[in-house]
Amino acid sequence: MSRLSRRKLITTGLAAAGGASGLAAAATLAQRYGLIPPDGGGLYGPGETLTYAAQRLLTRHSLAREFNPNQVSKPPFANEVAPLGDAFKRLQEGAFTDWRLTVDGMATRPASFKLAEVKSFPWRSQITHLACEEGWSYIAEWRGVPLSHILNLVGTLPQARYVVYRSIQPDWWESIDMADALHPQTLVAHSINGGELPVAFGGPLRLRVPRQLGYKSVKYITRLTITDSLKQFGKGLGSASPEGGYAWYAGI
Amino acid sequence: MADFVWGSTSASAVPATAVRPRHGAVVRATHWITTLCFLALLLSGVEILISHPRFYWGEAGNVLTPPLFKLPIPASRATVPTGYGYVLPDQNGWSRYLHFQSGWVSVLTGLVYVVFGLYQGHFRRSLLPGRADLSWRGLSTVIAQHLRLRPASYEEAWSYNVLQRLTYLLVIFVLFPLVIWTGLAMSPAIASAFPAAVAVLGGQQSARTIHFFVSVLLVLFLLVHVGMVCLTGFRNRMRAMITGRPAPHMEQDMEQDMEQV
Repeated sequence: MSRLSRRKLITTGLAAAGGASGLAAAATLAQRYGLIPPDGGGLYGPGETLTYAAQRLLTRHSLAREFNPNQVSKPPFANEVAPLGDAFKRLQEGAFTDWRLTVDGMATRPASFKLAEVKSFPWRSQITHLACEEGWSYIAEWRGVPLSHILNLVGTLPQARYVVYRSIQPDWWESIDMADALHPQTLVAHSINGGELPVAFGGPLRLRVPRQLGYKSVKYITRLTITDSLKQFGKGLGSASPEGGYAWYAGI
Repeated sequence: MADFVWGSTSASAVPATAVRPRHGAVVRATHWITTLCFLALLLSGVEILISHPRFYWGEAGNVLTPPLFKLPIPASRATVPTGYGYVLPDQNGWSRYLHFQSGWVSVLTGLVYVVFGLYQGHFRRSLLPGRADLSWRGLSTVIAQHLRLRPASYEEAWSYNVLQRLTYLLVIFVLFPLVIWTGLAMSPAIASAFPAAVAVLGGQQSARTIHFFVSVLLVLFLLVHVGMVCLTGFRNRMRAMITGRPAPHMEQDMEQDMEQV
C-alpha cells in the first residue's frame, strides 16, 4: 500500500467517524429541544426533521404577514369538504347554539365551552394568507379567540408539548406544538371578512394556523386535547395527515 | 509515459500532469448526487404541479381568480376546471416529502461543492472565462463552431469552452439560488420570518410562477447538457465524470500534445 492511499484511508476514516458522531450528537440535541417531528421516522424522516428543526429555530416567534383590507381576495375560495355527517346537521338545525368546544388533557381546569361563550371571549382580527398545499391561496380577514387565551383559561400544565384538535368530521384531526399553539396569531376562528364563518369555510369554529398550510386549519373543531406526547393518538404519527401520506408539519 | 496504465499501483511513476484528473473527486461526487436529486425534484415537482396547473401573479390566486396562464393538462384535483373529463390520482403526499428531502440533500451537496470549489480554486480555474474568451471575437468563434457542429478537439475534453463556462456559472450561481429562494418564498413559515424575501418577488403566487419558469430553464439546461455529452462522445464524457479520466488513448494523445509543447 502506498503512502498516499494510507493517508487517504486514515483521513476518510476520521471524517466518517467525525461525521457519524456529529450526526449522533445532533440527533440527541434535536430530541432534547423538541426538534424532531412525530413523523420523523421512515424513508422521508431525515428531510422532514431538517425542515421542522430549521423552521422551528428560524420561526419560533415570527408573525405571519398581515395584509391591507384592499388585498382581501374577492370572493375567497371555499375548498370542498366531504359530506357533513348527521351530528353536524343536527347542530346546524339548531343554529349551532349547542355547539361545544371541549378542552381536556393536561389542564388544571378542563372545560367545555358553548359556542356563545367562545364568541364572548376577547378576539383578535387579522388579514392573513391561507395557502393550500395544492398551490392555490386566498387572503381573508379572520376573527377569533387566540388559542393561547383558551389554554390560559383551562390552565395548561408545564409539561404540555402539543395540542391535538379534532373536527366533528370523523377521522379529521391534527396537532401542533406549543410554539404554534401559544402563537398570538393561532386562532379559534368564528368570523371571516366581517361576517359569521360560513359552513364552507369551516364554521362555526375553525382552528386557524396562519404559519402553516391550509390543511392544518381544521374545520368544525369540537375538542382540544393538551398532551406531552402524540404516541397514544391514532397511529402515533401526530395527526391524520401523516396517516394519509402528508407531512405532520406544514410550514412549507 | 507510454507505460502508464490506468489503475497502476505505482503512484510515484505517474507524472504530476497525469495525476490531476479531468474532474476532481468532489466535483464528480456532487455532480451525481445533484443529478439524482434533480430527477427526484423534477418528478415530485411535476406531481405537485398537476394538483393545480394554473399560475398567478401577486400574493394570492385560486380558481375564482383569473390566472396569468394555465397549462393545458389534466389536474389531480376535482376543484380545478381543466376541460378534461377525468381527475388524476392525488400524489401530493409523498411528492412533497420527496421534494423537500431531495431539496435538502441538493442544498447541502451544493454547499459542499461551493466551499470546496472556492477552496480548491475550481471556479477560478475551470469556470471563470478568460478575458480574451469574453471578447466578441472569442465568443463569436465558439458560437460559430457550435453552429457548424464541429466536433470538440482534444484540448476541449480537458477544459471548458467559454459557452460552457458561462452556462455552468449561470446554472450554479443564478438558477439554483433562484429556484431555492422562490421555493422557500412559498413556505408560510419562511414568509413569516423573512417577509422581504417574498415581497421582492412580488408575492407568494409570483414566487410559485417564477419557481416554475426557473425549473423549465433548468430542464432545458439538462436537455442541452445531456445532448452535448452525447454529441461529443458519450462514453468518454461519462467515463471522465465517473472515474475522473477520459479513455486512456485520449490521455496518451494529451501527453503527446504536451510533449510537443
